Parts: sequence; structure tokens; C-alpha cells
Amino acid sequence: MNEALAAAVQGFMYPNEMELQWSILIVLYPYITGLVAGAFILASLERVFKVQAVKPTYRLALLTALAFLIVAPLPLQLHLGHPERSFEMYLTPHTSSAMAMFGFVYLWYLMAVLVLEIWLDYRKEIVLKARSSTGPMKAVYKVLSLGVDDISEEALRLDDKVGYALTVIGIPSAFLLHGYVGFIFGSIKANPWWSTPMMPIVFLFSAIVSGIALVLLMYMAVSVLKGQEIDMPCVDTIARYLLYAFIIDFTLEGVDLLHRIYEADESFASLDFMVHTKLFVSQILLQIIFGGLIPIGLLALTQMVSLSEKARKGIYVLAGTATLMGIFAMRWNVVIGGQLFSKSFLGYTTYKLDFATREGLLPAIVLLLLPFAILWGLVKLLPPWHDETAEKAV
Amino acid sequence: MSRLFGHKEHLVRMAGLFAAGILVFLLARALFVPKGFGTYGHYRAGALADNRAYPVKFAGRDACVECHTDVPDALKAGKHARIRCEACHGPLAAHAQDPTKAKGVKPDPKVLCVKCHLANVAKPQGFPQIDPKEHLGPNCGECHDPHVPGQEPQKKG
Repeated sequence: MNEALAAAVQGFMYPNEMELQWSILIVLYPYITGLVAGAFILASLERVFKVQAVKPTYRLALLTALAFLIVAPLPLQLHLGHPERSFEMYLTPHTSSAMAMFGFVYLWYLMAVLVLEIWLDYRKEIVLKARSSTGPMKAVYKVLSLGVDDISEEALRLDDKVGYALTVIGIPSAFLLHGYVGFIFGSIKANPWWSTPMMPIVFLFSAIVSGIALVLLMYMAVSVLKGQEIDMPCVDTIARYLLYAFIIDFTLEGVDLLHRIYEADESFASLDFMVHTKLFVSQILLQIIFGGLIPIGLLALTQMVSLSEKARKGIYVLAGTATLMGIFAMRWNVVIGGQLFSKSFLGYTTYKLDFATREGLLPAIVLLLLPFAILWGLVKLLPPWHDETAEKAV
Repeated sequence: MSRLFGHKEHLVRMAGLFAAGILVFLLARALFVPKGFGTYGHYRAGALADNRAYPVKFAGRDACVECHTDVPDALKAGKHARIRCEACHGPLAAHAQDPTKAKGVKPDPKVLCVKCHLANVAKPQGFPQIDPKEHLGPNCGECHDPHVPGQEPQKKG
């Protein structure tokens, strides 16, 4: 037996449980997918539910969703190795495999929902840029416009109509996208930490929470970087929705916890011990207290007490950051926590996070920064704010 | 508007792009999905013939006892009676084919025995298991006869 593995074990573990098979990369996967679904749902608030106040973040939210969706499958590819084989899942999909079928959901969401919706929303600017730019960028915008420079009122009205329909279809698609990630854990019946029908719902709401928090922070950061005034009614509204979504999410997770405590099945003593020992920092401190109760309290404070603009901004940054950390901790506790205890309920293992290995901390950090690099490129290509110079040029 | 589809032109072109994408996908499927895939199940039918083409590595117990006639009787008396020869001695089809060309290698008991008999709390209590650090003897074979494990322990002369 490997000495290092044996040293990581307390009590009794079956041989195949000692080493964790799902690493930090598998923690990143639901985290990134959740940010996509959440950002898209925030964007749909404006489009479908006509929340005008959040309009300044609409395009930024869509581009954020796209940048993160492009990166979402990469942790899986890195974890599995042989990325060329993933293509075979599309060629010969097995209908009884949720993972195989999800490949199509991912493709549908990427192409039919996000790319198309962004294209329709930006078409006017793309055409204007195709007219006004020079050099290779002119060709890029020309290709993006598909060679059609019709931005008549009638054509734009049509875009708006189709875009609206896409957003309506997009909402259940976003639910499916992240509901699936919870489903894949919730349906593993051999693991009592995962196996609950609550899992897809909890994942979905935590996704909404993390996506809203991300767009809130992104919007504030972008405004500061551009030297623009932060639209306070906009961030106030987003923060309010973040609070609502967080309360629902926290309640759902609370119901799940309460149900586990009351049901107290044969796994309970073991899981309870784990939460109080190995998962104490990541679950009790980071997820529940610093990543849950504190941001909820801070956001609730802004609703109950009249605070200055500066104080509200500070609270939003603090609450948003704590939220993103808390949701990451939640993914960590699900993925890593679910592999720390023995199916015999008599022992526990330890997760050793490497640094510069294929599944280490370094690639995880790179993968988490990559969407921001992609977003930077997307923002350069398709600025989410109103571009007056291009319009003036025409 | 001179375009064929009027104000819908860009939408028609985008739809065309999607149709082209689907066409490329179908072509890739026709090209890359191996022949015979799905004939018997969710795998390539030709994989069965590929597997059949591998050279046989195990001879089977019947082939062993044709020459090693004394071992089956000895095995009968012990707890290893139901263990097949090649489970311990390794694949020996080549040796069975021509014993002069390929010789079997005698397994090292120190390595082989603990594969099953190393102590582990997950094993049934009645199952003989040892901790090599505490168990006496530098080599299992000195006290135990792996063909007749029930008769020991006794030092061989």
C-alpha cells in the first residue's frame, strides 16, 4: 500500500476510497457553469421581466456568460485527458448517459442561445463598425454581420423579437444547464452526501446567486476602470435581486440540512462528524458564515437602513466577494466533501491539493482567470456600452 | 430592398450557417463513426474480431495437468483446490505449446502470498492473513507449501 495514502487515512477506508478521484478541477466545473447560468438569468431579468434598472449590465452579463461558458468544459478536459475523445461523445452518444446527453445541452446553450442572442443584440453595432472601421477589423465585422448591412427599423424590430424569443427559450436552457450539474451529483445513489433530489435545485439557485454577484462586481469594476460613474439605481437593483436569490438559496440549503438532521439515516453520524472536523473551515466558516450569513446580513442592511452611496458601494463589493467565495466553498464541500468519507462510515481520507500538476492549484487558477481574458477580448470586439464614435462616424 | 428575403436576409443567412453546421456534423458522423458501430450494441462490431485475433496467453488447467500429474492430487487436500494454476504461475500458453522453448517461472512466495494474505480489516475474519513485519520466517515457502496450504506450518527438512 502506498505509505502516503495510508497516512492520509483515519479509521477504515476501502482501498478505492483512499485517493480522491475528483479533484479541484471538478470543483471548478460546477462553479464556472453556475456563473454562466447566473449571469444569463440576470440578463434575462431585463429582457423578459422588463427590469429596466439592470439594463446597463445586460450586455456585460451576456458576454460574461459566454466567456465563462467557453471555459466551462476545459476543467473536465484537463481532468480526463485526451480532449480529442470528447468529440466522440457527439458522434456516438449513448442515450442512457446523462453526461453524453448534456454535451448537446451545452452545445445548444452555447450556439443557439448565447451566441445567437449576443449576435442579434449587437447586430446594429456590428454593422456600424463594419462601415466605420478600417483594415482587418473591417473584415472581421463584415464577417460577423454575415455580409448584411440592413439596420433598418424593420430589421432591428425583427432582431428584437427573435432575441426576446431566444431569451425566453434561454431561461429553461440555463436552468437545464445548471440543473444538470446538480443532477449528476444528486443521482449518485451510492453517495449519501450527494444523493438527494434537492441537489439540482440547490445548485441552480446557488448558480443564480453566484452569477448575479459576479456581474455586480464586474459592472462596478468595469465602470471604475472606464472612469464612468457607477449607475447606483442599477447596482441597488442587482443587489436587491442578489439578496432575494440568496435568501431562497440559503433557505433551500437549510431545508436540505434540516431534513438530513431530522432523517438521521445510517450515514448521518459519519457525515455530521465530517462537517465538524475535516469540513469545518470550508463548510461552517467559509460557506455558511462568511459566504452566506454575512453577505445576506450586509445586503439586508442596505435594504433596511438608508446608507450613503459610498457605504452601499463598499457593502456591495464586500458582499459580492463573500458570495463568490461562499459559493465556491459550497462546490468544494459538495465535490471534495463527498469523497472524504468511507462508504463503510468508519473512516475518512484527506484531499491533498498539489500545485503545479495537471490537476493542481496552478491550472485551477489559470482556468479561473481564463474567462476574464476571453471577456477582455470579447469586450474589445463587442463593447457592451453605447459606442457613440461609431455612430457619429456613420 | 433588393435582397431576396427583404429584412429577414440576415436571419436567413444565420439559419443557413446553422444548417451548414448541422450538415458538417452529419458528414463528420458519416466519416468518423466506425463501420459496424451499433450492430450488436453500443460498440464497434469489428472490436470482437480484433479481440479474437489476439494470441491466446493462458493454457488452462487441463493443459497443465496433462504433464504435471502429481499437483492436482496434492491440491485436492488443501484450501487452494479451487485456485487455477495460472492464477499463481502466470499465463503459460506458450509453455503448454512447447515446454522446451518456453519455461514457466517459479513465483516468489514472498511477493505472491501477501497479494491475498496481507492483513486488512476489510477481509473476513476467518481468512488467513498476516502482517509480514510480525509473521515469522524470511520466506513463506520455507514453512508453507502453497499447493497444500492446510498441512502447515512445519519446517521443511
